[in-house]
Amino acid sequence: MDVKKKFLPDFPGEVYENEFGNSSFIVSSVDALANWGRSNSLWPLSFGTSCCAIEMMSTVSAKHDWSRFGFEVMRASPRQCDLILVSGTITYKMAPVLKRLYDQMPEPRYVIAMGACTIAGGPFVMHSYSVLNGIDKIIPVDVYIPGCPPRPESLLHGLMALQKKIMLTKAYVIENPTHAAEPQHKII
Amino acid sequence: MEPIINFAADVEKTDEFVVNIGPQHPSTHGVLRFQTTLDGEIIKDIVPIIGYIHRGIEKMTEFLSYKQSIYLTSRMDYLSSFMNNQACALVVEKACGIEVPARAQAIRILMCELQRLASHELWWGSCTMDVGAVTPFFMAFRDRETIMDVFEANTGNRLTTNYILPGGVMMDILPDFIPQVKEILRNLKNFLPEYEALVNGNFIFQKRMKGVGILTKEQAISLGVTGPVARASGISCDVRKLHPYDGYEKLDFKEVVADGCDSWTRYLVRLEEMKQSIHIIEQLIDNIPEGDFRTKTKAVLKAPEGEYYQRVETARGELGVYFVSDGTAKPYRMKFRSPNFSNLAVAKPLNVGAKIGDLIASMATIDLVIPDIDR
Repeated sequence: MDVKKKFLPDFPGEVYENEFGNSSFIVSSVDALANWGRSNSLWPLSFGTSCCAIEMMSTVSAKHDWSRFGFEVMRASPRQCDLILVSGTITYKMAPVLKRLYDQMPEPRYVIAMGACTIAGGPFVMHSYSVLNGIDKIIPVDVYIPGCPPRPESLLHGLMALQKKIMLTKAYVIENPTHAAEPQHKII
Repeated sequence: MEPIINFAADVEKTDEFVVNIGPQHPSTHGVLRFQTTLDGEIIKDIVPIIGYIHRGIEKMTEFLSYKQSIYLTSRMDYLSSFMNNQACALVVEKACGIEVPARAQAIRILMCELQRLASHELWWGSCTMDVGAVTPFFMAFRDRETIMDVFEANTGNRLTTNYILPGGVMMDILPDFIPQVKEILRNLKNFLPEYEALVNGNFIFQKRMKGVGILTKEQAISLGVTGPVARASGISCDVRKLHPYDGYEKLDFKEVVADGCDSWTRYLVRLEEMKQSIHIIEQLIDNIPEGDFRTKTKAVLKAPEGEYYQRVETARGELGVYFVSDGTAKPYRMKFRSPNFSNLAVAKPLNVGAKIGDLIASMATIDLVIPDIDR
């Protein structure tokens, strides 16, 4: 029986089909297949604290529509999620809650820091006494999206950057997450 | 076995238990936490715990000049950022004696009313989503995005605009602002009846809203509630009518007051306010005066010593800005009387004695923005 290669642009591997047009076998690696599935079905946690959450809602809704990339299953419980989109300022009172939410998520888990506040404190970096200057002091961050707030297009760009990052990892060797540096300020 | 004869109330008494709703909960619209004491399904006590997004904005303004303080006010109530900027700009103008050109006043009112439309549209989407409908959310955002495009083209940002400054506005409107706004109004006039046809007649929605979340007029006055929540309880409190600013006195519009006192009335008041905003924009859009969009002010504004207060009507109620000046370029103390903080006080009278299922629905009609509560 003769087989020939089938052209599938997004599939990580080679698919061969027989003379009747049915796919008969694929050549790929387990890592590539698992990462392909993971990166295209990320379930974000619906976690919004301030302005950036509104832009996140805009990205969910009709005009920008992030379900085109496989993110539309927003869950309210961290136990069902593998992506936490930290959108908005994190204060010292909120920081332990964020850390607990992150710890409750099953591995592999990914973090996106959306907006200037989550990257470095944003407009509140200088004179505020209650804002955590960057969430990477408490949890490891995969993708940073600058902006105050970022446009929905930049959020989509960040999510696609995360997809590319997932494709480069090893699927079944889950390393311990590198612990972030000790926080400079005492968390109250 | 002997039959139980005595079914006295104290025999059947159940234990009360405490349930925390939030700070991470999709229906509290942010990081608000409710500590509810429940007896079965009935709410016995409810305590809102705030401070999860307290960023110290009032303290920060003491380190910044008056013009720099404007950008922080955009981040308080980010769904009414124009009105917040306007309040801060107006109080500085009052202190320094700055005259605002007529063109700037017209642009300010246009932008504020567009913002009110956008804010109420978002509320309509999220309120209906809280009671279980998903389609209205997408419809509301479809229409909101058209307004956001206008903001982005003219002010440079979609949400946190920092557009209104002491002395006028940051930059002039673009030539295609007027046709764009006219098209938005034309579309909205078609969409508003569509909103009403889709949701208002729904039997389940009416059952969730009518007669639920009663806030009487006496309670509303004693708690200092403002905005559409108070107007749905029969209180006339629209700052645009009672203490006009920036030329609202020249415009013809109705203050929407209803005395239904329940969630359904609050819902209808907001829908009616959207029509009034459209009416205001229609009066102004063809009559924007020519001239400067900003008066020339000093690079460093120094307010004379004294105390100043100014209030504006945001999409959620009355925002007051009070500041004390000691004659330097920075405020000695700045205090924001934010509408959401006062409106949060209704959580107890609205929900004690009600079922926990109605908590989300009745709080959705209060339309809270949490960073405005904590500041």
